[in-house]
Amino acid sequence: MTTWAPLLVASAACYALKLAGLSLPRRVLEDPRIQRVVPLLPVALLAALIATSTFSTGRHLVLDARAAALAAAAVAVVLRAPFLVVVAVAAATAALLRLFL
Amino acid sequence: MAPIVRNPILRDALGIALATGAYALSFGALSVTSGLSVVQTCVLSLVMFTGASQFAFIGVIGSGGNPWAGAASAALLGTRNALYGMRLAAILQARGLKRFGAAQFVIDETTAMAINRDAPADSRYAYWATAFSLFTLWNLGTLIGALATQALPDPKVLGLDAAPPAAFLALLAPRLRAREPVAIAIAAAVIAIVLLPFLPQGVPLLVIAVLVALTGLRP
Repeated sequence: MTTWAPLLVASAACYALKLAGLSLPRRVLEDPRIQRVVPLLPVALLAALIATSTFSTGRHLVLDARAAALAAAAVAVVLRAPFLVVVAVAAATAALLRLFL
Repeated sequence: MAPIVRNPILRDALGIALATGAYALSFGALSVTSGLSVVQTCVLSLVMFTGASQFAFIGVIGSGGNPWAGAASAALLGTRNALYGMRLAAILQARGLKRFGAAQFVIDETTAMAINRDAPADSRYAYWATAFSLFTLWNLGTLIGALATQALPDPKVLGLDAAPPAAFLALLAPRLRAREPVAIAIAAAVIAIVLLPFLPQGVPLLVIAVLVALTGLRP
């Protein structure tokens, strides 16, 4: 139950941002500071999400099969594998490591 | 499929939709593995309908974080759609109710397909062709991925719980084509790890968002 409220609020926020882009006067969004910051936000947040979801459980730092899964995914990304393949390679790496270790 | 469709814009739109449909399979699977229900997973794809935000939401919840921290991350990742909307406003010329409908489909793929075309009519056609085909396959892929994963006795045996970082990496990689984003990415990863033991879950992400904003406000 506790998931529904944040799920719906976040969905509404994402829609509001899309609508704002279509509706706000150009000069608001053409502000050079906004033009500079907004494209950098996904870069910083995705990198932070990679780090925290790989190396932590709760608030504890851990090193486990997920690190190897991420390394395998990085190789797949460098080889320009499609999205689904990148995810599958990571999952398979973790599964195999857990099976043999 | 490609040779059957003669219209090149429609052909490209269907190609993008097929690729994102496959990507949606992994979203559905990872969302259910993160502990969301099939219905919640499908509502995310129908209503939130912006991939990086959806992955952030389930990623934070899957790693045991507060769902509100996931919501904040999702909204912050959705800010770029406002810039896409600004570029699309002149192309789409959508007024009244139509604008409310058009807004839902303002995402990376539809923007990439609509901009940089010679004729405004081609741009509008590319936008709507991509919007409808991608929305359909994104939601179909999500449903199939979620149902298939729900049928598994334990998704962790397949390592699916270890896959969200790979999904984030695949989303991040295309944005790392210059020196500044690479530096920002490394700094953000280090700061997140350093802050993690000392702050409530999800809060490091918000700190990083504020730091990025401050970097941009610098004269």
